[in-house]
Amino acid sequence: MIPAPFSYHRPSALTDAIAILSEHGDDARVMAGGHSLIPMMKLRMADIPHLIDLQDIPNLSDISVEGSRVRMGAMVTQAQVITDQGLAHAAPLLKEAALQIADPQVRYMGTVGGNVANGDPANDMPGLMQCLDASFTLVGPNGTRAVNARAFYEAAYMTAREDEEVLTEISFDAHAAGYAYEKQKRKIGDYATAASAVLLSKDGGRCSSASIAMTNLSDTPIFSEAASTALIGTQLDDAAIKQAVSAALGDIDPTEDNRGPVAFKMHVAGVILTRAIQRAWSRA
Amino acid sequence: MTDKLHIKLTVNGQEEEFLAEPRELLIYTLRERLNITGPHIGCETSHCGACTITMDGKSVKACTVFIGQANGADVTTIEGMGSPDALHPLQSAFKEHHGLQCGYCTPGMITRAAKLLEENPSPTEEDIRFGMSGNLCRCTGYQNIVKSILAAAAEMNAAKEAAE
Repeated sequence: MIPAPFSYHRPSALTDAIAILSEHGDDARVMAGGHSLIPMMKLRMADIPHLIDLQDIPNLSDISVEGSRVRMGAMVTQAQVITDQGLAHAAPLLKEAALQIADPQVRYMGTVGGNVANGDPANDMPGLMQCLDASFTLVGPNGTRAVNARAFYEAAYMTAREDEEVLTEISFDAHAAGYAYEKQKRKIGDYATAASAVLLSKDGGRCSSASIAMTNLSDTPIFSEAASTALIGTQLDDAAIKQAVSAALGDIDPTEDNRGPVAFKMHVAGVILTRAIQRAWSRA
Repeated sequence: MTDKLHIKLTVNGQEEEFLAEPRELLIYTLRERLNITGPHIGCETSHCGACTITMDGKSVKACTVFIGQANGADVTTIEGMGSPDALHPLQSAFKEHHGLQCGYCTPGMITRAAKLLEENPSPTEEDIRFGMSGNLCRCTGYQNIVKSILAAAAEMNAAKEAAE
């Protein structure tokens, strides 16, 4: 499997990467770990005349927790997410999810930035970022801007990132809440049939805050405000959970593929979400 | 428009230098350019792990790395781990415990297992199954692969203790 020919760029400064993007527009793409992009290039489903490898750009692999704000460079790998102690403490939700992504070899190379910027609805990090209400930093020829994760995804592979922009950083608040990432997949390394990220806070036995997001159940990751609202103020009894699940199922729009027909995916989504809510509550 | 790249990398302790097209994948560099045929091509889609090597301290599937990404890297393949006269403890354990049937997945299995034991010298069976989940054996000989890695871990820990 040989990809079409391309020019390879490995700039050592972000400004150089942006200059190459500006020069070549749609003909250029940045690459982090390459574990989504290279397979697509090998299949010749992606034709990229100018490939820009970000590995030499400084500081993109840093993780920092300052106060309650967590910042991760776009080149932080899934393996780093699993082993970084500060991150595991500040946002254990991410570690629980990263352990369910791909396999060990892929996690050494696959990055958080690549996962969120790619726009593939099957990727896990976009849904997690909905749940965490994360912010993405985009740097382009006209400067730096922040885009909320919940406003970033427009359709499959379509995001708010402009062609000449690079997603450099992901930031979000550390979570004290009970958390869970539940993922149903056919085998290790597979994408989710359905996955759900849940954060729940408990105050006096009642749910005081809730954030519910879902992966691979629509052409974008889904943040379900209705499901979150359905849980707040309740004691998470069966009726409340059922109501939240029903609200969440109203927000998704899965399509039939080799993971099953729509009815099956709706069923699995309900089961997965129920489990995620229950586990998050047990940790709240 | 696709100028060749001037590549330098270290493979099994030996420095290599050559010109390559950017679309060359590391597995082809190893097998066809450098005649290092231990890493195998199985699925070629980053699922099976037969092409697993160690690159700059990471277990990596060499079928999913462009040669430009590996420029300057330090690569170890199964050839860099032991020799017929002095087998690596993992190689001895795979031989002893019948950790291979057809043997096609074995170089990737052993290269990955070496990194796993470096990070976790005393893994449980579950740790091994999870840590080896990126490597497939089409003979489905997983039972003995796990047994071999457990045995190698015990052997390596005993040797380390004896040396201290």
